[in-house]
Amino acid sequence: MLAHAIFFYFFSFVAIISAIMVTASKNTVHSVFFLILDFISISCLFIMIGAEFLGMIMLIVYVGAVAVLFLFVVMMLNVAQQKNQWFKSSETSTHIPVGLIVSLIIFFELIIVIGGWKYKPDIIKNFSDSLVSNSTNTHTIGSVLYTEYIHLFQISGMILLVAMIGAIVLTFRKREGVKRQNYFSQISREKNQGVELVEVKSNEGVKIDV
Amino acid sequence: MFEVSLGHYLTLGAIIFTIGVIGIFLNRKNVIVILMSIELILLAVNINLVSFSIFLQDLSGQIFTLFILTVAAAEAAIGLAIIVVYYRNAGTIRVEEIENLKG
Repeated sequence: MLAHAIFFYFFSFVAIISAIMVTASKNTVHSVFFLILDFISISCLFIMIGAEFLGMIMLIVYVGAVAVLFLFVVMMLNVAQQKNQWFKSSETSTHIPVGLIVSLIIFFELIIVIGGWKYKPDIIKNFSDSLVSNSTNTHTIGSVLYTEYIHLFQISGMILLVAMIGAIVLTFRKREGVKRQNYFSQISREKNQGVELVEVKSNEGVKIDV
Repeated sequence: MFEVSLGHYLTLGAIIFTIGVIGIFLNRKNVIVILMSIELILLAVNINLVSFSIFLQDLSGQIFTLFILTVAAAEAAIGLAIIVVYYRNAGTIRVEEIENLKG
């Protein structure tokens, strides 16, 4: 139990510090790296409390895909070295104290809700998908995800497909002066368009117009 | 203190959520950091769902965390694509200079 507490405090400390550094660091590349550190420590917490599958999926999806995507975009757009202007921005910015106040109000409301929150002990028995103790986390998730939540699973696949197509359509651009293959004209080319039989007179040659 | 309960995880989620909200409000640099703050907020939601799922012995929280993960990945991809297109058109993604809508 003590080891559990020590690991919890360690990982949550790292997570909170790196979350602060994501918003506060001057360099955007550093922000992305702190975001990666945050995801790693949170996935360690997930693995520690028994949600191993989600911890590993967090590592693969967030660290392996999303954070690397952020890193690509930050390096591609050359915005890494833009100066940070915390608390000393232009004269009309009243939104910084307002933002701080609103955020702190949200935080204290959440803390009040958590502090006063109790659940009735007889509620737990009424849940449908209780965690089966003698099988692994991944096995349990798989047995529920592909049966009861199959429609949501397929809809999430459709969301990913739409996101992929949307990202491609948004960032696609036709450049001028670049020779591309035109598959349709290549495939639909006939023999009589490609080959021409020419009578060649001697000593005159052939004039080819392309 | 040494008994890590549900309240500890919920407090961690609340702290990370608040840091994400503060990051959205106080950001003056570029839109990418705002997107990262949104990722932090979604991460806090995931922490809440997983800790409820573990401590209440109910699997639905972990299933929905998977779906939130999916939607977060899609949102990051679309948002970054929009940012790339905006940067190509306007030449900047500083928050102060994005004022076409006078918002």
